[in-house]
Amino acid sequence: MNSLLRLFAILRKEIRQLRRDRLTFGMIVGIPLLQITLFGYAINTDVRHLSAALADQANTQLSRILALDAQASQVVDIIRRVETPEELETLLRRGEISVGIFIPADFAQRLAMRDRPAAQLMIDGADPLILAAARQLTDMSLRYDTAPRPSADAALFEIRNYYNPERRSVVYIVPGLMGVILTMTMVLFTSVAVVRERERGNLELLITTPVKNLELMVGKIVPYIVIGLIQVSLILLLGVLLFHVPIHGLIRDVYLASLVFIAANLTMGLVISTLAKTQFQAMQTTFFFFLPSILLSGFMFPFEGMPRAAQYLAELLPLTHFVRLIRGIMLRGAGLWEMAPEIRALLAFTLVTLSAALLRFKKRLD
Amino acid sequence: MTGGYAVTASGLTRRFGALIAVDHVDLQISRATIHGFLGPNGSGKSTTIRMLCGLLSPTEGEATVLGHRIPGESEAIKRKIGYMTQRFSLYEDLTVRENLEFMADIYSLPRTRAQRRIDELLEKYELSDRQRQWAGTLSGGQKQRLALAAVTVHEPELLFLDEPTSAVDPQNRRDFWETLFELCEKGTTILVSTHYMDEAERCHRLAILDRGRVAADGAPQELERRIDASVVEMETNDPRTARLLLADLPGVLGVTQLGVRLRVLLDRSVVDPLAEVHARLFGRGLRFEARLTHANLEDVFVAATHGRYLKARA
Repeated sequence: MNSLLRLFAILRKEIRQLRRDRLTFGMIVGIPLLQITLFGYAINTDVRHLSAALADQANTQLSRILALDAQASQVVDIIRRVETPEELETLLRRGEISVGIFIPADFAQRLAMRDRPAAQLMIDGADPLILAAARQLTDMSLRYDTAPRPSADAALFEIRNYYNPERRSVVYIVPGLMGVILTMTMVLFTSVAVVRERERGNLELLITTPVKNLELMVGKIVPYIVIGLIQVSLILLLGVLLFHVPIHGLIRDVYLASLVFIAANLTMGLVISTLAKTQFQAMQTTFFFFLPSILLSGFMFPFEGMPRAAQYLAELLPLTHFVRLIRGIMLRGAGLWEMAPEIRALLAFTLVTLSAALLRFKKRLD
Repeated sequence: MTGGYAVTASGLTRRFGALIAVDHVDLQISRATIHGFLGPNGSGKSTTIRMLCGLLSPTEGEATVLGHRIPGESEAIKRKIGYMTQRFSLYEDLTVRENLEFMADIYSLPRTRAQRRIDELLEKYELSDRQRQWAGTLSGGQKQRLALAAVTVHEPELLFLDEPTSAVDPQNRRDFWETLFELCEKGTTILVSTHYMDEAERCHRLAILDRGRVAADGAPQELERRIDASVVEMETNDPRTARLLLADLPGVLGVTQLGVRLRVLLDRSVVDPLAEVHARLFGRGLRFEARLTHANLEDVFVAATHGRYLKARA
């Protein structure tokens, strides 16, 4: 009973202080707003409208269909027409185009024989993203009218794309971004909030009162859980309104997953607060934790492409599990129970860090 | 209960690695008295207070605080004591009233009683018209009054004050001590650490701490009477030269200049201090007039610490 009273006292104090801390308050709203618009609009790994030039030496109906199809795919914009492949190379070298399309004079024959590629794409492959985008053209199927249908083992596949049919990267990024934003703000807020209490001498007074460690920690954490959920709502709202990000799973599952993830980050913040002596150190340590999280979690680079050692390290970071979890729920419509291993990993992380924080906190008083 | 004592300690010791911060301290603090800890920085005042609050466990020895044993029952002690830290440790971004409400909640005061008590404290410490102001914007004296109000919100039986007046002007210090006596009359036991002589003089009893040990213990007047040294006070036309000459005289513990006067503290081993002083200064072309006088608390402090801190300053 008294314990609850003390807990509420700390809660009330924390909320009063938060209301007066304009900078933190600004960060709660500002960081999601800034990041989501940045990632949503500016950072777009889904490249379209590459400038291209066409050298059509065949100049048949079929070759014109190919050029039109390429244009219609929106991958390239044909801005120049030239005569020879040498001219294409020059344009590439000068950087005027990213893609050169060469259709040789024997295009129809080649297409019919199917022993050699019928046409050639000349790509400025310096940027892997452009290369990857232009390669989409090779997946294109040609609408034959006059030519015979290709044999069964022909190379022209039809690709059916699940989960993100428009291949818009923002759909893939927003759920992960939620995890990134929560990692950044939650760890930072708690570590700084506890260290500030020590730095300003408040803790010296508190430890002579009947306040228990656990009451103090829980009282400091709970307001930030609420803040975390507000951020989640904000990101979801912006994602849906601005970028039409789908939520295929249950909204309830999204929040439950976020809640577990928020808890993991807050306890991590508490651990940092027991290591850092000043608010500045807390900030530094937070970024020391944040950087590998963002790079290794699979948010930025595909998890499968990382070396084994990096993968093991990534498994220790809560963001890795949350990125999988939230993409599963939002993009693939998976239920929470289907993602149980990720939930378990997050809960285990929370438990370990919370015990570490409590143990270290006790030691510091003596 | 340990008779009329609020605090007793025997052989209380605390080591930090190789450093012995508190070295076998014995204490007996009667209820409803003001007990002073006088000592330079690093003499073990704060560490002793922290052990008695239950913040630090003693390496050796034991203490009884308000009937509870240390080490072991520090949680029970925390409800009955108030601890005013050296540095202002309330929340600067909360208002005066919010800070007091927070402390009242922490000590689980029922809501209506808490509000009554807070109004009473605001009135008593002249903070009523400041109650909506942020604590961080208060003056030094106001902050100190708020800190005292905050640690007495639950009417503790025992108050620990760690150098409470270090950031306060003399008028505020006087007022502060008036309040302490008021609290004391109502039955509160107060343990206060200080390095001001005038404050030490006001305590009922005093322990002079030096390098973790109790160097002297007793009522201030008793300590002055019992002093193990003699004091020669003199007036001279050249106090600087006289001071330098007397400083290396065997048996001299310290020489303090007060304007044109000098106070010379000599060890008891010097049988006739006045004669020694005369012999030292005679024939040096100085005019002076010396006489034996009563010791004051500063003399007691210098004698108890064997002039260590005075000579370091000179």
